[in-house]
Amino acid sequence: MPRLLSFAVLLATWWIGSLVAGDAKLPPPPTVLTAMIAEARSGDLFFHLGVTLARVALAFTLAMSLGAAIGYLMGRVRLADRLGDPWLILLLNLPALVVIVLAYIWAGLTEVAAIAAIAINKLPTAVVTLREGARALDAALDEMATVFALPRWKKFRHVILPQLSPYIAAAARSGLSLVWKIVLVAELLGRPNGVGFEIGVAFQLFDIPRLLAYSLSFAAVVLLIETLLVQPFEARLSRWRPRAA
Amino acid sequence: MRLEVEIASKTFRNAAGEQHDVIAGVSFALEAGEVGVLVGPSGCGKSTMLRILSGLDPDFQGRISRPVGAPIGFVFQEPRLLPWRSVEENVRLVAPQADEAKLSVLFEILELNAHRNHFPGELSLGLARRVALARAFAVEPAFLILDEPLASLDAALAARMRDQISILMDNRSMITLLVTHDVGDAVRLGDRLFLLSPRPARVLAELPIRTPRGARRDAEIAAIKLDVMRRINGDPSARESA
Repeated sequence: MPRLLSFAVLLATWWIGSLVAGDAKLPPPPTVLTAMIAEARSGDLFFHLGVTLARVALAFTLAMSLGAAIGYLMGRVRLADRLGDPWLILLLNLPALVVIVLAYIWAGLTEVAAIAAIAINKLPTAVVTLREGARALDAALDEMATVFALPRWKKFRHVILPQLSPYIAAAARSGLSLVWKIVLVAELLGRPNGVGFEIGVAFQLFDIPRLLAYSLSFAAVVLLIETLLVQPFEARLSRWRPRAA
Repeated sequence: MRLEVEIASKTFRNAAGEQHDVIAGVSFALEAGEVGVLVGPSGCGKSTMLRILSGLDPDFQGRISRPVGAPIGFVFQEPRLLPWRSVEENVRLVAPQADEAKLSVLFEILELNAHRNHFPGELSLGLARRVALARAFAVEPAFLILDEPLASLDAALAARMRDQISILMDNRSMITLLVTHDVGDAVRLGDRLFLLSPRPARVLAELPIRTPRGARRDAEIAAIKLDVMRRINGDPSARESA
């Protein structure tokens, strides 16, 4: 109920804003909805959303698995930490735009370049978070597993992974939002399809209803994935914790 | 099977770089089926000794020979359960070979049947300790280590758990090593007591108890306790209440 209310307030603010600013700058909700329906009818909306989602999924998976592995290694092995740290700081502070532009220059305007560029942007945050998680592993439980001669895989699955899961969840959450933001820039700069490309076209034609139609559809998809996938996953991971009163 | 321990010395280096002697010469041996008890004041290095004996700490001067390749059961002072796994999962995880019949006997004796599906965070200390006991016994250990299993429990509960441990230890031919600062528990559960000095630890005396655990009368237990007290500090009344 509070969610619905806050959504209604947003809609009302938008409508009033469009009355004040004028249709040309901020079209009212019905105009945008009409544009959205037109794009959906032709199939374009779903095609571009699908392409963008596929890029997000690929880049996210790549960055998360690579970042988790590197982060875990850096958290456990001192030498790896020392070797990796300067690279990590460099990557963390490199602007997304630089990575994207260089990727397109070096690898051409290709799908591989786009996905690699997005993944490289997300990678360092995953590494930093997982490194912290690996450093915080409980030595007492480690000793327990050693004394009871738990096989390597079992130890990883039942002792180490559950301790890392809050860090993995945090990395996934912040990483996903980062990917959502960067994927459109990568598409705008060097891809012939996807939501970012469409927004670029709409911007050049000053077609604001279309621009908003794509932006809002994209936002809706993000919200949907957050509520249907990310949040239930987090709840499942923490079901053993005693609930706060 | 036999446990032979000869620790000549063990030193720790603290953060400031100073050396601390923890163990200054401890040697003893235990046969299979025997319950050895290390009795000593808090902080005398008992837990360090257990870490060495279980193979967790290879950094010491001396020699240990223990059953090779045979499972070790360890009941740590803090239960060290996996908070994200249920009671039953915690036990099954380390003892995949234990069948339902064996587990239900264990859970029955330790009164854990009602708690099988609880998470450790929902248990009291006494219950968590009993889960740790169930876990250690479930692996059918050749070498069982109990680190202060009855500490910080109220007297009634400690007595009940002592009886449960005693039941579990009977009919098993493993080497058992119990660490405690409570002389009463030591005399009731042990077959052979090793009295330790304050840090750095060495063995002050070795005291075999010939009467089988089940047949010890209260009078005999009291007599041995008195003897132990006298040997530790020559003043029986001072430690009686401990």
